[in-house]
Amino acid sequence: MAGYSDPHFDTLALHAGASVDATGARAVPIHLTTSFVFESSDHAASLFNLERAGHVYSRISNPTNAVLEQRVSALEGGIGAITTSSGQAALHLAICTLMGAGAHIVASTALYGGSHNLLHYTLKRFGIETTFVNPSDMDAWRAAVRPNTKLFFGETVGNPGLDVLDIAQVSAIAHDNGVPLLVDSTLTSPWLIKPFEHGADLVYHSATKFLSGHGTVVGGVVVDGGSFDWERSGKFDELSQVYAGFHNMVFSEESTVGAFLLRARREGLRDFGACMSPHSAWLILQGIETLPLRMARHMGNTERVVEFLAAHPMVSRVGHPMLESHPGHALAKKLLPRGAGSVFSFDIAGSRAQGQKFIETLQVFSHLANVGDCRSLVIHPASTTHFRMDDAALRNSGIGPGTIRLSIGLEDPDDLIEDLKRALKAAEKAGAAT
Amino acid sequence: MKYQVQGTSLYAYTGGKAFNPAQPTAVFIHGVLNDHSVWILQTRFFAHHGWNVLAIDLPGHCKSAGAPPASVEAAADVVLALLDAAGLERAALIGHSFGALIALEAAARAPQRVSHLALLGVAYPLRVSAALLEASVSAPEKAIAMVNVFSHSMLAPPPSALGPGTWIYGASRALMRRVLASNTDTNVFYTGFKACDSYTGAEAAIAQVQCPVLFVLGNADQMAPPKGAQGLLKLAPHARTAMVPAGHQMMVEAPEEVLAALKQLLR
Repeated sequence: MAGYSDPHFDTLALHAGASVDATGARAVPIHLTTSFVFESSDHAASLFNLERAGHVYSRISNPTNAVLEQRVSALEGGIGAITTSSGQAALHLAICTLMGAGAHIVASTALYGGSHNLLHYTLKRFGIETTFVNPSDMDAWRAAVRPNTKLFFGETVGNPGLDVLDIAQVSAIAHDNGVPLLVDSTLTSPWLIKPFEHGADLVYHSATKFLSGHGTVVGGVVVDGGSFDWERSGKFDELSQVYAGFHNMVFSEESTVGAFLLRARREGLRDFGACMSPHSAWLILQGIETLPLRMARHMGNTERVVEFLAAHPMVSRVGHPMLESHPGHALAKKLLPRGAGSVFSFDIAGSRAQGQKFIETLQVFSHLANVGDCRSLVIHPASTTHFRMDDAALRNSGIGPGTIRLSIGLEDPDDLIEDLKRALKAAEKAGAAT
Repeated sequence: MKYQVQGTSLYAYTGGKAFNPAQPTAVFIHGVLNDHSVWILQTRFFAHHGWNVLAIDLPGHCKSAGAPPASVEAAADVVLALLDAAGLERAALIGHSFGALIALEAAARAPQRVSHLALLGVAYPLRVSAALLEASVSAPEKAIAMVNVFSHSMLAPPPSALGPGTWIYGASRALMRRVLASNTDTNVFYTGFKACDSYTGAEAAIAQVQCPVLFVLGNADQMAPPKGAQGLLKLAPHARTAMVPAGHQMMVEAPEEVLAALKQLLR
């Protein structure tokens, strides 16, 4: 596609990484094969030794996955990507490519619970420690840095309150200390923000959410922006010194900008093995083809629902940065001009029982533990994920007895509002009855 | 590996192998705002198939110190000085774009020292528009975007350097940014383009070449379209031409075809 200007987002969402193959198939074929035939012994040796490009074994790479990897890279403005079995696997791959026991991470407190578990409990068991800081407190990021710090980590809009990460400021602090910034961009997708443009160095997604968009597949992808100078940092022997585990390669010599991806694929996928099925890659590609259309609709519907909830007397708080009352409003306007996502929480002015009644009355919203589906979703943390906590413990987690999390889907917004209106009425009545 | 060349440190990637004096040597020379890493696949292949490889970072670029060469002639002298520093009587020279002009000029200056000559993505004259030259100084990010678009021909390359999953459009742009940032004293973008634009010696040079010559041209190259090489080809009747299905960044867009062409030359 020779041209005179950069291809635009909507074109890349459909075409990046995909070409018509020898069969003439227009859609991306699913290459359900574990392995690929070598032309000769020399060809085999050359593939293993990174002398020629190609596929060997689908744990390391696969043609369908490669299309997805290129496509997400293109949409993010990165240099390449690696697909993984889940978003959690992408986070693990990024971290374990860059460090081992004795290393330290500075991370935002506003994280998905699974990420917090990995950092706070699991990685600690393997000798990697994490200091958690308020993502808006730049002094806290600075103060948390230790000599062995190797990574800053945060979410574009963090759980549960949609704290907007000031990527430019946090990445500047990271870079001053010779470490990269890894950003979880799951809740925003590249349609809302491209973290590399603001200074992030690595980005990952749970592709399970908005990228696939249909609640049908679990997968992850980690993207390298190619901007971080691993050699200059001096902190990453993993990338800038001889690695006996792969042909005595010095990854930063092999590739001036792609050392991270080289090691992540040649070591991480090879040894940890959390690869994505080509079938999953295909499903996610199907989703990405309509990402721009879906995200526009997600945001339009979210705006309508937020406005409705903010004006409703049974709602005491709506935690979305589009509202001036949200602490991240000004930053969101700057970083996320198309909106700060369609996953947010609000508080019902009432008891835990009223929250339950609200949930049980909803008909269009599905009560389940996921976000980023084309269908609207709802969960009541006090009666599900956090049901063992008393009200005081809930408050410490930023969750009230009536806190509800919504993921706004693609239905007709009038039907969503009608559903919410009816459920709020039922919750109100439940309060009057007690 | 680093050599002392013209009094300064010059980096050369060796393809992952130690130098073997019993083997022939191939020197790979990159183009404007590139470095040794654009040759990763081809250099690793030859390094593991009977050749010593020296893929240089031109002076003032990335891992090489010194001032960036202000002319094709000055850069050719660097390459010949590298042969001296490495103790090489002869070597094959493989250049891309600006690097192709450098390789050609070096082969003309010391024909007896060049065993093979491969000119990739070459055109002559290699004119650079005044607007692009100006933008390389006043708005380098804009100029990089322009060059990047003109250097790629496809949104879906086959498995390419660095291998599957690489978005070469982004990787090329990131490399250009990195190379530009690697020299805070001199704008290597402008210096390289100016050297290409000013070079007037290619026709005289090709008449001096005595070794086998291969042109590798991209059929969708917008930076150095194949027709731009026809004048030189007429002056080199024994040269071979390989047309590959790629744009200007052919080493990453069509690594297999480029390798196949080079294997025909470096037998």
